[in-house]
Formats: sequence, structure tokens, C-alpha cells
Amino acid sequence: MATQSLSATPAAPAQDSRRPSSVASGTTKKPNIFKRIAQHFRRYWELWLLSAPALIFVAIFAYVPMWGIQLAFRKFDPDKGLTGGDWVGFYYFKQFFHSPLFGEIMTNTIRISLWTLVMGFIFPIILALLINQIHSTKVKGFVQTVTYMPHFISVVVIVSMLNIFLTPGSGIIGRFLGLKASWATRRRSLPSTGSLKSGSIADGTPSSNLAALAGVDTSLYEAAKIDGAGRWQLIRTVDIPAIMPTAGILLILSMGSVLNVGFDKIFLMQNSLNLPATEVISTYTYKIGILNSQFSYSTAIGLFNTVVNFVFLITANAISKKISETSIF
Amino acid sequence: MSTTTVTPAPKTSGDEIPWNKHQRQHLTPGDWVASIIIYGLIALAVIAVLYPLWFVVIASFSNPNKVAAGDVLLLPKGITFVGYAKVFANARIWRGYLNTIIYSVVGTAVNLAVTIPCAFALSRKEFKPRRVILFLFTVTMFIAGGLIPNYLLYKQLGLLNSMWVFILPGAVSVYNVIVARSFFETSIPEELFEAAQLDGESYLGYFFRIVIPLSSAILAVIGLYYFVGHWNDFMTGLIFITDDEKQPLQVVLQQLLLVVQGTATNVDAAAQQQAADQIKFGIIIVSTLPLMVIYPFLQKYFNKGVMLGAVKG
Repeated sequence: MATQSLSATPAAPAQDSRRPSSVASGTTKKPNIFKRIAQHFRRYWELWLLSAPALIFVAIFAYVPMWGIQLAFRKFDPDKGLTGGDWVGFYYFKQFFHSPLFGEIMTNTIRISLWTLVMGFIFPIILALLINQIHSTKVKGFVQTVTYMPHFISVVVIVSMLNIFLTPGSGIIGRFLGLKASWATRRRSLPSTGSLKSGSIADGTPSSNLAALAGVDTSLYEAAKIDGAGRWQLIRTVDIPAIMPTAGILLILSMGSVLNVGFDKIFLMQNSLNLPATEVISTYTYKIGILNSQFSYSTAIGLFNTVVNFVFLITANAISKKISETSIF
Repeated sequence: MSTTTVTPAPKTSGDEIPWNKHQRQHLTPGDWVASIIIYGLIALAVIAVLYPLWFVVIASFSNPNKVAAGDVLLLPKGITFVGYAKVFANARIWRGYLNTIIYSVVGTAVNLAVTIPCAFALSRKEFKPRRVILFLFTVTMFIAGGLIPNYLLYKQLGLLNSMWVFILPGAVSVYNVIVARSFFETSIPEELFEAAQLDGESYLGYFFRIVIPLSSAILAVIGLYYFVGHWNDFMTGLIFITDDEKQPLQVVLQQLLLVVQGTATNVDAAAQQQAADQIKFGIIIVSTLPLMVIYPFLQKYFNKGVMLGAVKG
């Protein structure tokens, strides 16, 4: 029962000596439940009021579309809208798997997303470890501010800047690497640039890594130093284990979106020449779904995407549990 | 205070100082190397972030031909304001700017009005349904309807091609709710609530009169997160808006900056490219400036806020 009550006593407890617990509880329980619910609302109506808008929004904009997933199994009928239409089972899934583009799309998606995952995981950790080594708090703050800045720049701007710098002849990087043809047209370049960018954008996460590092007990450092650890060993043996739980959780979470390769960046960097290497599930879904109005087909692919992500998430979680005892579920 | 010792092992005498970040001690040659590497890498990272920004700034003031030829490296060359003049004369940019400001401000206001009260309610331990609610919220972080169901839903709700498509669907970010909830759980002492109860305050009274005034840090952080999300949002406009008049700045930028790229082979495209070149840097600056200016001021809130999110445990 609630320990802090603004009003009167809670409902009558089940262990009332007047009522034998076995037989009579069957008939006396029902009024109890309604009474309890009414009492609950009388006490907590304000909290319900405060959270109501959020609950409504989540119900409408997160759960209704989930219900609309069944579109993946139905033939879309414009007259019947979201849930009408005939049931066709796995028809659209099969269509996707047998489509000539399937191999290409899947390969691209997996390749780009693995790159992104690796970069987005390693960079922030290294950065956090480095920043943590700075002695002066002023310099530390400065570096933190600076490295967090890309977070504020829009994808459009970042991709434009990338194009500018990679232009053969005039772009800084372009000249440095002596590129002859436009970088954008080379197929293989996309994954690496995309992942580098996401590595820098992922600089939101170092702060949480840093927080974990800042919380490390200084006596651990003491003990390690007494055992003769040099600076590098200190990092290896104290900092890294301290970061691992946070980083691990972040890794699991990103595994859950392993196939959600950022639509924004990819879409902005695509052009007709690099398409075979850059078409991924998210961009393909957009093109055939919104631009071509193949609603059912697109929903089916989206559902496939979600399911695979989920499988990855559960797997990563299980592995992490086995290895380090940190997990989300 | 210290001289380099031959071996890394510190003295075991009584004046041993624990490793802490504000004092150097007993540095070895190995430590020096480590320091150089560490600071070197950090400098590299800082330059990698700052130089592109600096370049865009100076290029926006420079003669576009010199920029294209690659003459501009550290300082502007051939200072000219032609680029900016063109940017300011472009009506599409202004309209996009206005749209973005409206969507971002209204959007963030709605965001905060919806997220913060809910986070408060969920932070009350005596509120039994909170577990279920949080679970339902968290599920939405992993399972989503997908693009098409969302699109059809917005269509039915009349959100397509309307300003509200920027504001309503994204009103609740579950992640932000969780961060705000952690804040309320850890930073508002329970004694305040007990004292308020003695004074006869209800939950609503407590929330508005005591909790909110104390929450400026989390309001700033979450507000900023949401605001930046709105400002830089590019996909929503692209997918759900068909009227050019209603497009936010980012989509206008995309149309101006990125549509011509990689295939400048014929004369027409080259001329377009030239025109785009002149305004490109100016546009980048003009669109990013507001956030860049706000950020340093709110920066201290930010670092604190991200740490709060990390404590969620």
C-alpha cells in the first residue's frame, strides 16, 4: 500500500479476520476491485492528468502505426484504408526476397551499418578516454564543447561540407588525396565517409562515457599505481573496465538499430552513379513506398527490417549478459 | 615537485599522493610519451572539428573563384559580400527560415508541455502504474510501425502538407521522458514533497510551484535537445510536405545545395553549379549560426544534462 497518502485509509485488507479467506473471497472480491480502482483515481488523478497528453500522443503516434503493420500482410485497398484490404499472407515478403535488387540492398545495408556500428562505438570511447586524461578542467571543458559541436549541425550542412571538401581540385581533402573524379561517384567511398561522419556525430555518447569515467573511485587509481602501473596501464586497467557497462549498453541499443542505417545521410549522398552501392533498406522503402505508392510492399519490407533489428537486439543482449553481466533486459 | 624516476613504481613513503587529475607526480619517460600521444590525438580531433567550420566562415567572405581554385586555406582571399547579398535576397531562404523558426519554437513548446509533466508523474514512486507505462513507452523505442503506416495515419489525420506534422507526431520522445524522469528522481529531494504535503499541497500544486522552478537545468537541456531536433529536421519536410511554401530551411538547403552534384558535365549544370557555389557558404553559415551561438551559452547545462541521462542506470 502507498506509504504517502494524502487522503484516508487504504481499502480493506484481504486478511480481515471477519472474512474467512477461502470461500467468501470469491464473492467479495469484485466490489473490492472497483472500489480500489476508484480510490486509486481519487488519489492519483493529478498524476494521470499530468501524464495524459504524453500517453495520448504515444498511443496515437506510436501504437496505431504498429497496428497498421498488418498492412504488410494485406493488399492495400485505397477505399478501405489502413486495415481493410484482402489478406495475402507473405506475398509481399516473397516478392521482396525474390526481387533482383534484394541481394544488392541487403549487402549495402549490412555493410554500411556494420561500418557505422564499429565507428560509432570505437570513436566515442577513444575520445572519452582521451578527454578524461586531460588535467586542466578548462581545457577539458573546451575540448568537450568542441567535440560536441557537430551534434548541432544538420545533416544537410554536413553532407554539403563533405562535398565541398572532397571536390577534386579545390576541396582540401580532394586535393590532398589527388582525386581525379568526383568522390561522390565512387561506389566504395560512401560507406567509409558515412561511417566517419556518424562517428563524429555520435559524439553525443562520449559524455555519458565521460560521466562513467568521472565516477571512478580514485582509490582504484591509487591501488593500481602502487602496483606499478604506468599511465597507459592505468588507462587499460581502470578506465576501460569503468566505461564498459555504459558502452556495452549503448552497443546493445545500437545493435537494435543495426539495419536502420541512417536514411538522412545516405539519401543525401546518393546519386545515379553510386546507387548500386548505396541503396539501402530505408531509402528503398521510401522510394517505392512514398514515391511509388506501393504501400503494402513497402510496409512488408519495413516489418522485415524491424524484425531483424529485434533479433539482433535480443542476441546482443544475451551475449552481453553472458560476457559481462550487463544487459538491458 | 617531481623529478623523473627510473622505474614507474612510486615510493611507498608516507607522502604518497593518490593519482588525481590536478597534480603531476613521478613522471617517467613512458608517461611523457603517453602524454604526447594523448594530447596529439586530442589536438587532431579538435582541429578536425574546428577547421571545416573555420573554412566555411572564411570562404563565405571570399571570392568564389579563388575558393574554387583552392587558394583559400587559412584566411579569406578577395573579400566580398556578394555571396551574402545573394543569400539575403533569396526569398525561398527567408521563407524556409521563417518556417523553421515557427516549427521549432512551437514544436519545442509542445514537446516540453507534454514531456515534463509526464516525466514528473512517472518519477513518483508511489504511483503504481508507472512500471507498466514505462514498459509501454520503452517498447515504442524498439518496435515502430514503419514509414508507410505512419504516412497513412498522418493522411487520415489530415497532417499531410500541414505545419502540424512537424509538431504532433514527435511531441513525445520517450528517451527524453526517461532522462527527465531520472532528473526528477535524483535531483528533487523528497523532503520538499513531504513539506509541501504538510502545507496541504496537491500534486499539481507541488509540481507547478516547487518542482518547475527548480528544474531550469533539465528544462534547458531537454528543451535544447528538442529544439535542435526540430531545427535540423530534414526528413519530415521531405516526405510529408508537398507545398514548397511550407518547407523548412533544411529542405530548402537540400534543394539549393545538393541537387546538383557529381554530374556537372553539361553547360547548364555547370552554370547552376556556379550559382550554387556563390551562395553555398553563406547559406551554411546563415542556417547554422543560431544554434552555434546558443550552444556555448547553454553548454554548461548540456554537460550536466548528459551526465544526468547517464545516471539513469
